[in-house]
Amino acid sequence: MTARVGVVTFPGSLDDQDARRAVRLAGAEPVALWHRDKDLHQVDAVVLPGGFSYGDYLRCGAISRFSPVMDTIIEQAKLGMPVLGICNGFQVLCESHLLPGALTRNDSLHFICRDQKLRIENAGTAWTTDYSAGQEIVVPLKNGEGRFVADEHVLDELEAEGRIVARYLDVNPNGSYRDIAGITNAAGNVVGLMPHPEHAVESLTGPNTEGLGFFTSVLKQLVNA
Amino acid sequence: MSLDTVKNAEQTPDSVQPWAELGLKEDEYARIREILGRRPTGAELAMYSVMWSEHCSYKSSKVHLKQFGEKAPQSDAMLVGIGENAGVVDVGQGYAVTFKVESHNHPSYIEPYQGAATGIGGIVRDILAMGARPVAVMDPLRFGAADHPDTRRVLPGIVAGIGGYGNCLGLPNIGGEVVFDSCYQGNPLVNALCVGVMKHEDIHLAQASGAGNKVILYGARTGGDGIGGVSVLASETFDATGPAKRPAVQVGDPFQEKLLIECTLEIFAEKLVLGIQDLGGAGLSCATSELASAGSGGMRVELDTVPLRDSSLSPEEILMSESQERMCAIVEPGKVDRFLEICEKWDVIATVIGEVTDGDRLEIFWHGEQVVDVPPRTVAHDGPVYNRPFARPAWQDALQADAPTAERLARPGCGAELKEALLKLVSSPNQASKAWITSQYDRYVLGNTVLSYPEDSGMIRIDDETNLGVSVATDGNGRYAKLDPYTGAQLALAEAYRNVAAGGARPLAISDCLNFGSPEDPDVMWQFAEATRGLADACLALGTPVTGGNVSLYNQTGEVAIHPTPVVAVLGVIDDVTRRTPMAFAEEGQLLYLLGDTADELGGSAWSQVAHDHLGGMPPKVDLDREKLLGEILIAASRDGMIDAAHDLSDGGLAQALVESCLKGGNGARIVVPEGMDPFVYLFSESAGRAVVAIPRSEELRFNDMCGARGLPVTRIGVVDGDVLDVQGQFSVSLAELTEAHTGVIEALLA
Amino acid sequence: MARVVVDVMLKPEILDPQGQAVQRALPRLGFTGVADVRQGKRFELELEGPVDDAALARIREAAETFLANTVIEDFTVRVEEEGK
Repeated sequence: MTARVGVVTFPGSLDDQDARRAVRLAGAEPVALWHRDKDLHQVDAVVLPGGFSYGDYLRCGAISRFSPVMDTIIEQAKLGMPVLGICNGFQVLCESHLLPGALTRNDSLHFICRDQKLRIENAGTAWTTDYSAGQEIVVPLKNGEGRFVADEHVLDELEAEGRIVARYLDVNPNGSYRDIAGITNAAGNVVGLMPHPEHAVESLTGPNTEGLGFFTSVLKQLVNA
Repeated sequence: MSLDTVKNAEQTPDSVQPWAELGLKEDEYARIREILGRRPTGAELAMYSVMWSEHCSYKSSKVHLKQFGEKAPQSDAMLVGIGENAGVVDVGQGYAVTFKVESHNHPSYIEPYQGAATGIGGIVRDILAMGARPVAVMDPLRFGAADHPDTRRVLPGIVAGIGGYGNCLGLPNIGGEVVFDSCYQGNPLVNALCVGVMKHEDIHLAQASGAGNKVILYGARTGGDGIGGVSVLASETFDATGPAKRPAVQVGDPFQEKLLIECTLEIFAEKLVLGIQDLGGAGLSCATSELASAGSGGMRVELDTVPLRDSSLSPEEILMSESQERMCAIVEPGKVDRFLEICEKWDVIATVIGEVTDGDRLEIFWHGEQVVDVPPRTVAHDGPVYNRPFARPAWQDALQADAPTAERLARPGCGAELKEALLKLVSSPNQASKAWITSQYDRYVLGNTVLSYPEDSGMIRIDDETNLGVSVATDGNGRYAKLDPYTGAQLALAEAYRNVAAGGARPLAISDCLNFGSPEDPDVMWQFAEATRGLADACLALGTPVTGGNVSLYNQTGEVAIHPTPVVAVLGVIDDVTRRTPMAFAEEGQLLYLLGDTADELGGSAWSQVAHDHLGGMPPKVDLDREKLLGEILIAASRDGMIDAAHDLSDGGLAQALVESCLKGGNGARIVVPEGMDPFVYLFSESAGRAVVAIPRSEELRFNDMCGARGLPVTRIGVVDGDVLDVQGQFSVSLAELTEAHTGVIEALLA
Repeated sequence: MARVVVDVMLKPEILDPQGQAVQRALPRLGFTGVADVRQGKRFELELEGPVDDAALARIREAAETFLANTVIEDFTVRVEEEGK
C-alpha cells in the first residue's frame, strides 16, 4: 500500500499537474483535490501547488486561504498531517497563519525564472528527510512575489528553532530576508517553499532530479508510520 | 435617445451616416447600401466598418495570400487549413497540433503592458477555440534602437505584459526573438505565438448549424474596451449619456482567461459544443457573423441579454466591444444546462444570447426591436478585395548595388582585429544574451519543456508515455527582406526550418506573421507581393504548407515604413524527445563539424550593422534543396545518436554560433580555419544552409559516411576543449571574456 | 512637513480584474451587500517646502507623467491637512 498525496487545485493554480507528476514519480498516489470541496478524500498528505490562484489579486494567496478545502487542511495540519506549500502554496500557508511571515514583491520588481542553488538547512521535516542537512541542490525558482519577510524576532525565532528549511545560495533572487527559501512550522509537518522542487524530478524537463527528495521524504514517513 | 432600428433605417433613407469616420470608403458604403437594399442602421454600419477594415478583412493582402493555398505542397499532415482560427496538423499517435503566430503591434506601442498581455490572451483563445489545450507560447519581438529612450518605455512594459499574462496562465514561454533596429522605433512589432495539442476527434470549428441550437456567450462581462473608433457613431446617433471617452485600450485579465481555458476544455471533454469562436478584434460582430456565415442557417441574437460591465453601452458599442476573455459557443438545447453548470464550477459567467435559425440572416435585437438584419456572409467573408498597385521601389537597385565588399567596408585584417570584431558582435544588443528578458518568463510550468530559449527551437513533450513531442522556431530578418523581400522571406522560412531540424524535429508546417508598412504605398505593396511570392514558393519547395497566420499593415511612421518583416514559425514533430539535440558544447574532446558551404555573403549581416551601421547589397543566397538535405542530416544524426550538439548558423555567422554553444556548455573550442578560406569570411559570413555540430569521436566515421553518401559538404573545424575559444593562428578569447561581453548588455541599456 | 496624497484609480470604463476578484470573494466570506469593488493606489508625498500652487502643479505633472498611466488611469491630488 502506498500513500495518497492530495494536490489542491484552486482557480488559477498552475503547477498542480506538475505536483501530481512529482508525487507519482516519487511512488505515491496523487489525488486531485478541488478548492470548493471540504473533503480531503482520505489523503495522507497535501501539496498546495504553485500558480496564481485568484490571479494573485488583492494579495497572493489571500483569497484562496478562505476556500472550503483550506478549512479542512488547516484543521488537519494542526493535527500533524504533512502539508507542503510550493510558491503560491507557500503564500497560502502564510495567509492561513500556518506559517509565519509573508511573501512580498521581489526586490528586482521583476518576475524571475532561474535554476536556483539552495542549501537544505533542516533535514528533519516531514518533507526533507531524504536530504542531509547542509546538502546543496539546484531546483527551478519562478516567482514575482517571493521575497520572504518577517519581524526580526520572528526571524530570530525561526533560526533558533531550526525552522529555516532551505536557504538561497550564490544569489538571493528576490531579496528574501536572511536568504530564506523555505520554512517549517514548529512541528515540522508544514513546509513552505518558494522554489519549485516539482520542476526538478526528470532530467529531460528539469535541470536535474534533485527536487524529487521532497516527495520521497514524505512518502517514506507515511509508509513507515 | 433614439434607437436606430431596421424600421427606422427604412423610413429615413437619407440620414447622413459617419461612414468616413468609421474608416469606410465611399464605394464601400455604397456597396453596403446595395447589399441591404436600404441604408444600414448604426449597428449594421458599425459591424460592416469593423469587419471590412484591413485588420479583419485582409482586403489589401488577400490577392497575394491566395498563393499560400494555390502553391500549397501536398501534405498528409494538414487536418485544418487556412481560414479557421488556426491550422491543425497531424503529428501522429492520434494527436493533432494547432499553432499560430499573430501580431499585436499597435496596441503594444500605445500601452506596452496591456497591449502585449492581450496579444497573448488573443492568440491563446484562437488555439483554444480549435479544441486544443494551449501548451506553450513564444514571442517574436522587434523594438527601436536599444539605446533610444522610448525603447526603455516600450520594452520593459511589453516584456512585463507578456510575462504577467503568460505566466499567470500557466503556459511555458519557450522561445521567440528580440531584435533591435531603429526602423521599428515608432512601430515595435509584438508578435505572439501559441501552440495547442488535442486528439484528432477533439477538433472544433467556428460554425453555427442546426436551427434551434443556442448561442452562448461566456467569459468576462462586456465593457467599453477597444471601441474608441465606434464612439463616433454613438456621438452621432445618441445623446452623450455614456462615459465621455471610450478607451481604445483593452485590459487583460489572465486569471479569467485561465478559468476560461479550463472551463472550455471540460466542456469539450463532455462534447457539449457544436461550434465555437473566440471573441477578439471586432468582438461580437465578428463572432456572430463568422459563426453564422460558416454555418448552415441564420442566427438571432438578443443583445440586451449580454452581461455588461458598463450599463451605459449602446447596442453598437456592445457589438464592437473588444473586451477580452470571452468565447461564443453553439450548443444543442438539451446540453445547455450541463454547459452552464460547468461554467458555474469555474466561476465563469455564461448566458444564452440567441439561437441558430433556419433562415439565412443574422438578426440582432435590442429590447425587442431589430437593429441588425444582414446576410452574415457579406459581413464576415465577402468583404472588399483590393488589387493595390505595386511597383519595385526606385531605390531598390541602389540599395542592392551598395554591397559590403572589402573595398567599401573595412574588414578586420589581423587576428587582433578579428577578436575585436567578435567581441563587438557578441556584445551588440541584437547578438547579446536575452536572458534578462526570458528570465521574466516561466519556461518550466506544465513540466513538459524539453528545449527553450536560448536553444534554436522550443520543444515540448506532448505524451509522457511515448515521448512524442513538437518543436517550434520563429525567425525573421527585416534587413534581409529590405534588401530583397523575395529572398528575405525565404531566408526567414529557411532559418526557422533549420532551427527546428537542428533540435532533431521534422518540420511539418508553418504559420506566418507578415509585418509591413502601408499598403497604399506601392513600394510597400511590392515588398509584400514579393515576400508572399517568395514564401509560397519556398513552402512548396520545402513541403511545409502555410496553416494560417496574420497580416499587420500600416506599420509606419509618416512616410517611413518599417523594414518588410515576414516572421515565420515552423512547427516540427519528434517521435522521441529524449533524442533531441541541444546546442551546448557539453563534452570536452568532441569533434566540431561545419555542415554546408561558406561564401563571402555579408549583405544585411549582423557584422555590417554592428561594425559599419551599413545595410546594402544582397542577402545570402537561398538553396532550398540544400536546406532540406541539411535538415534530413540533422534529424537522422539526432535520431541515430551521432551528434550531441547542433547549432544553426544565421545572423553573426559561425562566430556567433560558436560563442553561444561554448557559453551554454561552459566549454571552449579549438577551431581551425580551413586552407584557402579567408578567416573573416569564415567567421562572419551569413551564408544560409549551415549548422555546426559536436560529434563524439566514436561516431565520426558513421557521420562522415552518412553526409558523404547524401552529398552534404562537411568540414571538420575543430574540437571542444578547455575554457578558451581559440581560432588557431588568429586569436584566442577566454570564456570569461566572452561571458563578460555577451551578458548584461540588455539590462545595462534598460536599467 | 506637508503631505500631498495622490490617489490613482483605473478609469471607470477600464476593466479592473483585481477589484472584480475581491468583489466576488466578499460574499463567500459573509460580507454581503457590496455591489462593486475597485482597487487603486495611494501615494503619500512628503514635501520639503510649502504646499503652494507651484508645488501642487509640479506634483500634478508628476502624477500625470509618472505616477499614473493616463492611458488607463485617473488620479486625484489633495493636500493632507496638518494633524490628521
